[in-house]
Amino acid sequence: MQEVTEQKKEYVPTIVAFCCNWCSYAGADLAGSSRLTYPANVKIIRVPCSCRVNPMFVLKAFQRGADGVILCGCHPGDCHYVTGNYYTRRRMSLLFSFLNYMGIEKERTRVEWVSAAEGAKFSAVMNDFAKKINELGENKRLQDLRVKEERDE
Amino acid sequence: MLKIKVQDLNKLFDAISEKEPLYMPLEKAGEANYGLYKTGEKTALDVLKTVKSAKDLFFPQSETIVKFKTEGKNITVEDIREEVKPFVLFGVKACDFKAFEVLDKVFLADPVDTYYQAKRNACTVVTFACRRPEESCFCKVFGIDAANPVGDVTIWKDDENLYWRENTEKGSKLTESVRYLFAEGGEKDVQNQQEETRKIIEKLPFSSLDLSYFENTEMMDIFNRPEWQKLSEACLACGTCTFVCPTCQCFDIREFKASNDQIIRYRCWDSCMYSDFTQMSHGNNRTTQMQRYRQRFMHKLVYYPENNGGLFSCVGCGRCVNKCPQKLNIVKVVKTLGGKKDD
Amino acid sequence: MNKVEELIVKRARELLSSKEVDKVIGWKKGEFYFDPSPAVFTSEEELKDFVYNGFCGANLSKYLVQELKKGGKIAVFLKPCDTYSFNELVKEHRVDKNAVKVIAIECQGKLDIEKIKEKGVSAVTETEENGEEVIVSSLYGSAKFRKEEVLLEKCLTCKSKKFAVADETIVVNEMKETANDRFSGVEELERMSEEERFAFWKGELSKCIRCNACRNVCPACTCVKCVFDNNASGMATKAPADTFEEQMFHIIRAYHVAGRCTDCGECSRVCPQHIPLHLLNRKFIKDINRLYGDFQAGEADEGKNPLIEYTEKDADPTAAVNGEVRHA
Repeated sequence: MQEVTEQKKEYVPTIVAFCCNWCSYAGADLAGSSRLTYPANVKIIRVPCSCRVNPMFVLKAFQRGADGVILCGCHPGDCHYVTGNYYTRRRMSLLFSFLNYMGIEKERTRVEWVSAAEGAKFSAVMNDFAKKINELGENKRLQDLRVKEERDE
Repeated sequence: MLKIKVQDLNKLFDAISEKEPLYMPLEKAGEANYGLYKTGEKTALDVLKTVKSAKDLFFPQSETIVKFKTEGKNITVEDIREEVKPFVLFGVKACDFKAFEVLDKVFLADPVDTYYQAKRNACTVVTFACRRPEESCFCKVFGIDAANPVGDVTIWKDDENLYWRENTEKGSKLTESVRYLFAEGGEKDVQNQQEETRKIIEKLPFSSLDLSYFENTEMMDIFNRPEWQKLSEACLACGTCTFVCPTCQCFDIREFKASNDQIIRYRCWDSCMYSDFTQMSHGNNRTTQMQRYRQRFMHKLVYYPENNGGLFSCVGCGRCVNKCPQKLNIVKVVKTLGGKKDD
Repeated sequence: MNKVEELIVKRARELLSSKEVDKVIGWKKGEFYFDPSPAVFTSEEELKDFVYNGFCGANLSKYLVQELKKGGKIAVFLKPCDTYSFNELVKEHRVDKNAVKVIAIECQGKLDIEKIKEKGVSAVTETEENGEEVIVSSLYGSAKFRKEEVLLEKCLTCKSKKFAVADETIVVNEMKETANDRFSGVEELERMSEEERFAFWKGELSKCIRCNACRNVCPACTCVKCVFDNNASGMATKAPADTFEEQMFHIIRAYHVAGRCTDCGECSRVCPQHIPLHLLNRKFIKDINRLYGDFQAGEADEGKNPLIEYTEKDADPTAAVNGEVRHA
């Protein structure tokens, strides 16, 4: 494994947000229609339920150049499939703790519960997360150099 | 013959690496493997067997062949080959060196593999005679003298000195550049060491392995032996034996999409133990692990010699003997099918 | 021949001759004392090569998957840790327990020939166990070691000498539990900084040659087609073509067996580059114990594992990662 040391001149982090269709995606919508802003570098991927997110999705996002990955789902107890987000909670607790154990900065990954009514929370969460990732800088520990080379060209 | 004190070895490595990239056994995270020497690096010259063999230097585990760039419906092919600068490969044991001959017959035969050839030509090989061979070694069976390997330069080492003998023009050039570090002498010491090593080799348990069965038996008779079933039973179908083997040369060509408009085509080692080895559109012609297992040993002991004037594509390095998770190996195959069973 | 081996072979002979079972899975003598291979025995005659000694570290439970497909009733010899793997395979419907006779056998910890060699003994011709001592003879002389010095990593931190399942047992001497804590290695890493941990794993994983031995030996890895072998998955990789792929393979593999890994330690035993893979699996085990209560995979052959269960009071991921919460 090689760690790349040179910094890109203008650094704009890429953030991937997996949002559940029923709550968080609607929350993002509400944020938009309420004229609340969140950073443009947050790329939302809509998933039917937060528990649809396979750990591989998270790793793939990092491979393809994400600097931070956030999962948003319904509040526990409010899942539209009744129990989906309970599983998410366990899965991502273990995965993120494990990634940290491998030396990946723990601030790069996060799970937040955002309901359809919480446009303001969505906006606040994304702004905060983007700020944290900005402070952390580029993801250098979990990246594919072949993809990076190509992006930097 | 030249000699240098062992405590001055780092000076030698520094001197070589100053001029040309120097690849030699290094210890990283507790294991010895070939790597690029840099000053201060932990060298592992005394390790008898690196985990991976030296074939990596000519035939890397993964190597980009070409890149494609797409623009709309147009594809541009980007040749990424660069001139390979001369480099030194240091500390290759006799078995690994013999393995280069096996690989050469595959990669340098027409059509020549230019990726392999470029690295092979750019390399000066310094071989290293064995002093303390171990129980898994059986290079003698393949007519290799571990105490006197060839290559561009040959070295021997004891507790005090490292002895140096140039064999080729390339070797002389390398010698010239580091000559100032050496003193003359050492013939007698080397001779004594060689005699001792050869005595040990005689006594090694696998040195009496008999391969005549494979030389004198009809291919299909060997192929159809019922023993293959039992021999392969414990095989996990992992690729350890093939990846640590200095002569295994199978590879796969794969593609990686680095971005929406760029594709990297690379080749990487493949293993005949894997279920998708030589998979074609109709499926796979070897569907059971017995067949895959048989393929590996038939290739080493029968098919390859058939095509290459009787040269076996095993050099007796014994890595598979040490590394197989379930302790299956070529020695057990040879003995079961027709080798001499020494009681 | 040691007493345990004697009893095992005797029992195997009885089972085969009475036709109570069609096959026996055990270990077969190799070229030396220290290289027995797993093997299937179908006749009494073949049993002359049966061996059970300090180097029979291989876990035989996974062989049941392939052997049961061929039919017949099978007797298998399992060491304490292997019995957990067996239960897990039954739980996942990979093995039909009615077709198997589990004979649980004594284990006093298995030895690592590579550790012996690392101590500078080469050209080993013979090894001999003598209670707590191991005597190694080689062409260069002979040496004596304390057993503890040359145990396999998995045996040094043995989780239990209890049998999780047994139709019969063959135990001659009392099996002592080890005092070593199996999570100490994980804790040591947890105490490091992120940078140090990253550097540690970078060094270890960069040795990976993707031989897949860890995966293929793992009793929890019984997918018919692994995602890393499946060209249609978009994940298939054969070589560590980029450092990312080494990380991805090991992260995903460890994650996929989380909650199902019994900590049998085979992955670390077989790694040709000696990557401490057990430290990956044990992190998951430790986290599961911490967050969701003590759980030992393979303790029973039914029930749910922690990743397909939940409680309403489970910790949120952020708190879990920060280590702020523990299971009540």
